[in-house]
Amino acid sequence: MLTIKNLHAQINGKEILRGIDLNIRAGEVHAIMGPNGSGKSTLAQLLAGREGYQVSAGSVDYLGRDLLAMMPEERAREGVFLAFQYPVEIPGVSNALFLKTSLNSIRKHHGLTELDAMDFLHLLRDKMKLVGMDESFLSRAVNEGFSGGEKKRNEILQLAVLEPRLAILDETDSGLDIDALKLIADGINGMRNPERAIVLVTHYQRLLNYIVPDVVHVLSQGRIVKSGGAELALELEQHGYGWVEAEYAARNAAQER
Amino acid sequence: MDGQAKKRLEVNMTTVTRQLDELIGREYRDGFYTTLATDALPRGLNEDIIRMISARKNEPEFMLEWRLKAYRHWLTMTEPQWANLHHPVIDYQNICYYSAPKSEKDGPRSLSEIDPELLRTYQKLGIPLNEQETLAGVAVDAVFDSVSVATTFKAKLAELGIIFCSFSEAVQLHPDLVRQYLGSVVPYTDNFFATLNSAVFSDGSFCYIPPGVRCPMELSTYFRINAKNTGQFERTLIIADKDAYVSYLEGCTAPMRDENQLHAAVVELIALQGARIKYATVQNWYPGDREGRGGIYNFVTKRGDCRGANSHISWTQVETGSAITWKYPSVILRGDNSVGEFYSVALTNHYQQADTGTKMIHIGRNTRSTVLSKGISAGHGQNSYRGLIKVLPGAENARNYTQCDSLLLGDQCGAHTFPYIEVKNPSARVEHEASTSRIGEEQLFYCTQRGIAPEDAVSMIINGFCKAVFQELPMEFAVEAQKLLGVSLEGSTG
Repeated sequence: MLTIKNLHAQINGKEILRGIDLNIRAGEVHAIMGPNGSGKSTLAQLLAGREGYQVSAGSVDYLGRDLLAMMPEERAREGVFLAFQYPVEIPGVSNALFLKTSLNSIRKHHGLTELDAMDFLHLLRDKMKLVGMDESFLSRAVNEGFSGGEKKRNEILQLAVLEPRLAILDETDSGLDIDALKLIADGINGMRNPERAIVLVTHYQRLLNYIVPDVVHVLSQGRIVKSGGAELALELEQHGYGWVEAEYAARNAAQER
Repeated sequence: MDGQAKKRLEVNMTTVTRQLDELIGREYRDGFYTTLATDALPRGLNEDIIRMISARKNEPEFMLEWRLKAYRHWLTMTEPQWANLHHPVIDYQNICYYSAPKSEKDGPRSLSEIDPELLRTYQKLGIPLNEQETLAGVAVDAVFDSVSVATTFKAKLAELGIIFCSFSEAVQLHPDLVRQYLGSVVPYTDNFFATLNSAVFSDGSFCYIPPGVRCPMELSTYFRINAKNTGQFERTLIIADKDAYVSYLEGCTAPMRDENQLHAAVVELIALQGARIKYATVQNWYPGDREGRGGIYNFVTKRGDCRGANSHISWTQVETGSAITWKYPSVILRGDNSVGEFYSVALTNHYQQADTGTKMIHIGRNTRSTVLSKGISAGHGQNSYRGLIKVLPGAENARNYTQCDSLLLGDQCGAHTFPYIEVKNPSARVEHEASTSRIGEEQLFYCTQRGIAPEDAVSMIINGFCKAVFQELPMEFAVEAQKLLGVSLEGSTG
């Protein structure tokens, strides 16, 4: 579904991604882990179409198309979803209106009829139960005055409503207590299916106790330094990132010799 | 808290996104010109012109005297320079002060007698002039250039004792009311532009709601500047007698023109004991082109007088047009427990400049006022909020709450706030909050990442920003206002 080849990207001349290779197939859940500043969020934002990054080399193929050539709204309509680490507030715009506009933009793109207010509300109510949100949420402004946990739940609600092909979740577990974490993990697990790929960008292994990934990648200094199964995350939890980075450096040195 | 505070909010814009950059600018939709035979006086201003205006309108002697007093006073005045506005010098001798469609002489009695060209103009503007259309509940007193040509629902309103007619008609049919109230809120000596208006005003609307009557429909006037180089000097007078209620809508559009046109209107509202007046404006005069050529100069004096106890006046305005807007709808809170409100959305795009705000003058005890101002600046637009909160010594327990928010699009525009606060009574409580923000890339990206087109995203964000003001507008107007903001800003996204 998503093939990233030798991706290099900079912000203001500073190279953040230094040759990423990644292949994600439909139905898979990938976790991208790594220390702070390793480039995890940059990768997530770049895939979603955030401006301000200069891609200096490499390519990203998404369902046979050049993802980097698509506008952010086009990527979203084609099924790329980013759950934001820090969702922004939009004062005066209700959650219901925002999500309805979003869903209908995507439906329209696929030649589907736009949902009217009643149908939409019906759909939304079901999805809200999944993430434990009550009705009052509908009329509140997008993320305005939301607690950290509410903002994250809102992202998962949007994920559930929009049903993307490729969901990228950027630090969705950060700042959550254990109950909220379980709730969100349940929501995400409910979204797993053979047609959909999920990328979990996370700093901690904690989330992966609840969502067991097929593949774990370790990102360090803009490169993927190690990939493995779900057990890799446990090793990282126990031993930190240092040993992976050391191992990668040694391997590189051996290759150069 | 004596004295005056001045604050200029720093405009600090960093990056401009592709969308925002392109957002600005869209052709003015109401720009068309109607070819009509007009009856115009020569350009320039002197006592003879004023006498001619008064004669053409067959005015009683007191009106002519009032006009002449105003004119003589005006000659002693100079144009105010304190506003944060910049424009070429206005040549007051190069303006035509009176222009009426020719057919007015014959006095149209029904829609069928009205020049079809005129009706088509209204149709293009979407004005519900036909009876069927006005069944929706809007009575329209349409002002075309200087003379009211059609008034609907008058008979129905008359049953309730409500008078709703053109100002000229009121002068003929209800001279005592006009004489009693004209200039009682905005005296002919008030300010340069109001004084000029007092001397030369050509027409406008008049409304009187008798005691205890609740006007059953929204009253509405559409003003439209049409003839070339005709300054539009409208005068509106609304009186709500004891315990009466009226909601009044004013909408404006003007066709495209290269020369700048002067508009200096005066609106006076009088609310007697227990009365309530809601006055809403959607102003969409021609703003000039992308380079700042042309456009209306709009110097307006609007003031309400809460003359009786427990009276209530609210102004709601959506200002999206005009090259220059100079306008401070104000309330004099004379009666005890009276309430004044000002809700405003002002948008400046391209080279538009707006210096607008309000004055709340607390005189009576327990008077309350609320000011909510939303300024949106785009392109090279300059948007200033200027507001005075004045609490006089006798205004025990006066309360004011002011909130001014500015939203910036792009890095060439400006937002400025000039709050003036004068408090002479220690029991008063005056609060002022101000904020400046811009549509950030963050907000825009959040929306586009959810599949929403940048243009729709910007419109949604702006409407969200203005929501608190739109809620004060009557439903149909709120929808209109939202569309108008879209049209004024839309432009070029994608």
